[in-house]
Amino acid sequence: MSMTATAGRAHADPHHIGLVIEHPGPAPKRIVTAYGFWVFLLSDIVMFSCFFAAYAVLADQTAGGPKGSEIFEQRNVAIETVCLLLSSFTCGMASIAADVRNRLWFYLGMAVTCLLGLIFLVIEFREFADLVARGYGPSRSAFLTAFFSLVGCHGLHVSAGILWLLTMMAQVFAKGFRADVLRRMMCFALFWHALDIVWVGVFSVVYLLGSGV
Amino acid sequence: MLGKLDWSAIPFDQPIPLIAGAVVLVGILAVLAWVVVKGHLPYLWHEWITSVDHKRIGVMYILLASVMLLRGGSDAIMMRIQQAVAYQSQGYLPPEHYNQIFSAHGTIMIFFVAMPFVIGLMNLIVPLQLGVRDVAFPTLNSVGFWLTATGALLVNLSLVIGEFARTGWLAFPPLSELSYSPGVGVDYYAWSLQISGVGTLVAGINLVTTVLKLRTKGMNYLRMPMFCWTTLASNLLIVAAFPILTATLAMLLLDRYLGFHFFTNEAGGNVMMFMNLIWAWGHPEVYILVLPAFGIFSEVVSTFSGKALFGYRSMVLATMAICVISFMVWLHHFFTMGAGPDVNAIFGIASMIIAIPTGVKIYNWLFTMYGGRIRFETPMLWSIGFMVTFIIGGLTGVLVAVPPADFILHNSMFLVAHFHNVIIGGVLFGAFAGFEYWFPKAFGFRLNDRWGKLAFWFTFLGFYVTFIPLYVAGMLGMTRRMQHYDVAAWRPWMLVAAVGMAVLTIGVICQIMQLVVSIRNREALRDHTGDPWDGRSLEWATSSPPPVFNFAFNPDVRGEDAYWDLKAHAKQQSLQHDAPEYHDIEMPRNSPTGFVCAFFATVMGFALIWHIWWMVILGGIGAFATFVVFAWRDHDEYVIPAEEVAAIDRVNLEERRSLVSMAGTV
Ligand code: HEM
Ligand SMILES: [Cu+2]
Repeated sequence: MSMTATAGRAHADPHHIGLVIEHPGPAPKRIVTAYGFWVFLLSDIVMFSCFFAAYAVLADQTAGGPKGSEIFEQRNVAIETVCLLLSSFTCGMASIAADVRNRLWFYLGMAVTCLLGLIFLVIEFREFADLVARGYGPSRSAFLTAFFSLVGCHGLHVSAGILWLLTMMAQVFAKGFRADVLRRMMCFALFWHALDIVWVGVFSVVYLLGSGV
Repeated sequence: MLGKLDWSAIPFDQPIPLIAGAVVLVGILAVLAWVVVKGHLPYLWHEWITSVDHKRIGVMYILLASVMLLRGGSDAIMMRIQQAVAYQSQGYLPPEHYNQIFSAHGTIMIFFVAMPFVIGLMNLIVPLQLGVRDVAFPTLNSVGFWLTATGALLVNLSLVIGEFARTGWLAFPPLSELSYSPGVGVDYYAWSLQISGVGTLVAGINLVTTVLKLRTKGMNYLRMPMFCWTTLASNLLIVAAFPILTATLAMLLLDRYLGFHFFTNEAGGNVMMFMNLIWAWGHPEVYILVLPAFGIFSEVVSTFSGKALFGYRSMVLATMAICVISFMVWLHHFFTMGAGPDVNAIFGIASMIIAIPTGVKIYNWLFTMYGGRIRFETPMLWSIGFMVTFIIGGLTGVLVAVPPADFILHNSMFLVAHFHNVIIGGVLFGAFAGFEYWFPKAFGFRLNDRWGKLAFWFTFLGFYVTFIPLYVAGMLGMTRRMQHYDVAAWRPWMLVAAVGMAVLTIGVICQIMQLVVSIRNREALRDHTGDPWDGRSLEWATSSPPPVFNFAFNPDVRGEDAYWDLKAHAKQQSLQHDAPEYHDIEMPRNSPTGFVCAFFATVMGFALIWHIWWMVILGGIGAFATFVVFAWRDHDEYVIPAEEVAAIDRVNLEERRSLVSMAGTV
């Protein structure tokens, strides 16, 4: 029954400092779920970065159509940005409310988040509709293709987020703050904050840089 | 009402796809009828289709891969025959049909054979090697599998309803744009890959999380078996690379469906952007496939040499190095497309650097064998065959990574030979080695080794006879994807390659025979020990097939070292205890979510391909509803009571105790 323990110790204690850190075993579910969702978010950000890259490549390809500075409306973008940043705050409030099991504040936080998200979407939709009406739809030039896709991809994510948000509210209503519901809420909050970060990228790369030229 | 779909979509004038489709349809119906008549349907539904057990899902992945291997193989046979006969003539396949065949062949072999095969093996084995009960997200795992199956189904549907892409397996624009490919072929291609791509991403996230967060007590990173390491590397690549594919295909689809201008010739679109994006996914993809195979060979070589893996740490390092460098070489796929000498030189050198960690691995395997007591069982034959074959493939890879050489060899038959050399010699041999090695673990009986060895030798020889001639033809100037040709010098090589294809086919038949014979004699081949090969990692510490919960006790590997001892120790623990104290075990409940979700994805994919918009909306609502229903359920786990665990475990222990001369006597 000889166990060649010495050879193996080296694996746990590579520098022979006498300190062996043992892996404690499978992580609890909450950690596993959040971790997995983080990994998903990273992959989603990789996808966004493709659209960012495409935008960077195609930004100058206006094909005789309008340039960015001719179509971007600073005021709208500012309102959109404020809406999203505020919604991140209210989403955080809702998460805290969920953690302390306070239904009222949870619903309130989520409802305001939803409202801000909807305002964002409406402004974006009107911007898109206006451009299309003026003949500057995505088929007009490669620049507009890239612009609509990048901003639209973010907008689609926000729409999906709102669908998810409403489902979360319904779940809390029907099931209360059950462990699995709380795990989902945590993922939702991660998702919503990640969209905010992506928006900061969109705001800087598309609207700020684009308005200059 | 039905969008672009009407009777003209069915190719009544083309006998080959129609007959093939009819045969497959009759086959499926016959199997279904048999299942229903025999009353197996409830069993199939409860035990397999809705199963969230990683072992079952792994087996289903491998089954899907095997069936699709036959489909992709038929394509290959047809192409080899075409090129053998189409000298100064049109051959028997019209050009538009030939083009669909090579496109379908590549797509199927990469996405629906190689990918599901390796993902299946990882699913099946990694939780066992880590000493845990399941993967991180069992239900999502099932969703991932069924979405992959959806993709495969759509590709096969294109055989009889409509057509498949004629653009090659990566659908380069502008050829794949609407103006040059107005049919539904490219849409079939793109939507199948989008849907199965979601499945792959899910599998990747799942396995990354499993390896990083769900290891049993004491399973430190540097105690993980090599296969777990390569699984980690491969799935990290999936998570980082597959979103690029998704984005790229989404752009192509936007061009085709909504008149966008990402890759068009007009309005400032940029074709080279497609090349960059697709290869930024494509090169990591080849390592997504081959890294798990490297892991399998590591396990097999060390088991059958009776030695610990030589240079374990350098192996880990090499694996992670490949994982990183594989993202920095994509440009070698289009040296000829105008990047200029400086850029080409940098990417050429970066490509050659990958050969270094790969070489480290080869030497580690060789040194593992050196001085070992080698047993030439079937999995070991595949591994040795791999080492010889893969070296040739790697060397020709380095050759085409030299830009001036690539200007001559790019898109020639030489390139075709290179990647088949690494993919068949690496990925497929690895998949077969893993299949032979872990089959007894999955099903509780061994495979017949006479047929297994025959299968190896025919495949091995067949491979060389088929693909060495392609290297020669490539150097004689033959380009890839030729429907017919007039150059006399190429002809003999095409004839030899066709003969090779016949030999390869015999190999496949032997493999099928092996399964048939083994299933017939399964009682004689039964493995009572749970450890038929004298393996070295934790999967061999439980019975074969393992119970749903894998281990009655999560093996505690504290204080022990390399995994050989872990296994011995764990085995000892479980075998020696006379009356261990059993506890209730919580396991995830089965769920039809994956299957139902894939059903709606199929509906939606089909509707998108044919522009049937109401059906798209219906499919979307259905998929969302499925998730909500899933989220609404109240019990996602069930409890296996301690007595039942005890009963199951005692039976297994009894059997093994009487047979095993206590392991651990190293
Ligand atoms: C030392 C390692 C390798 C090097 C240096 C290398 C280099 C290359 C180069 C330069 C090309 C492009 C040639 C051309 O288009 O003219 C290529 C193509 C290819 N390689 Fe490799 N390779 C290596 C290993 C692998 C491995 C391990 C795999 C798969 C498991 C693989 C799969 C492929 C495939 C599929 C293609 C062709 C794709 C296509 O054009 O359709 N390679 N390789
Ligand atoms: Cu490559």
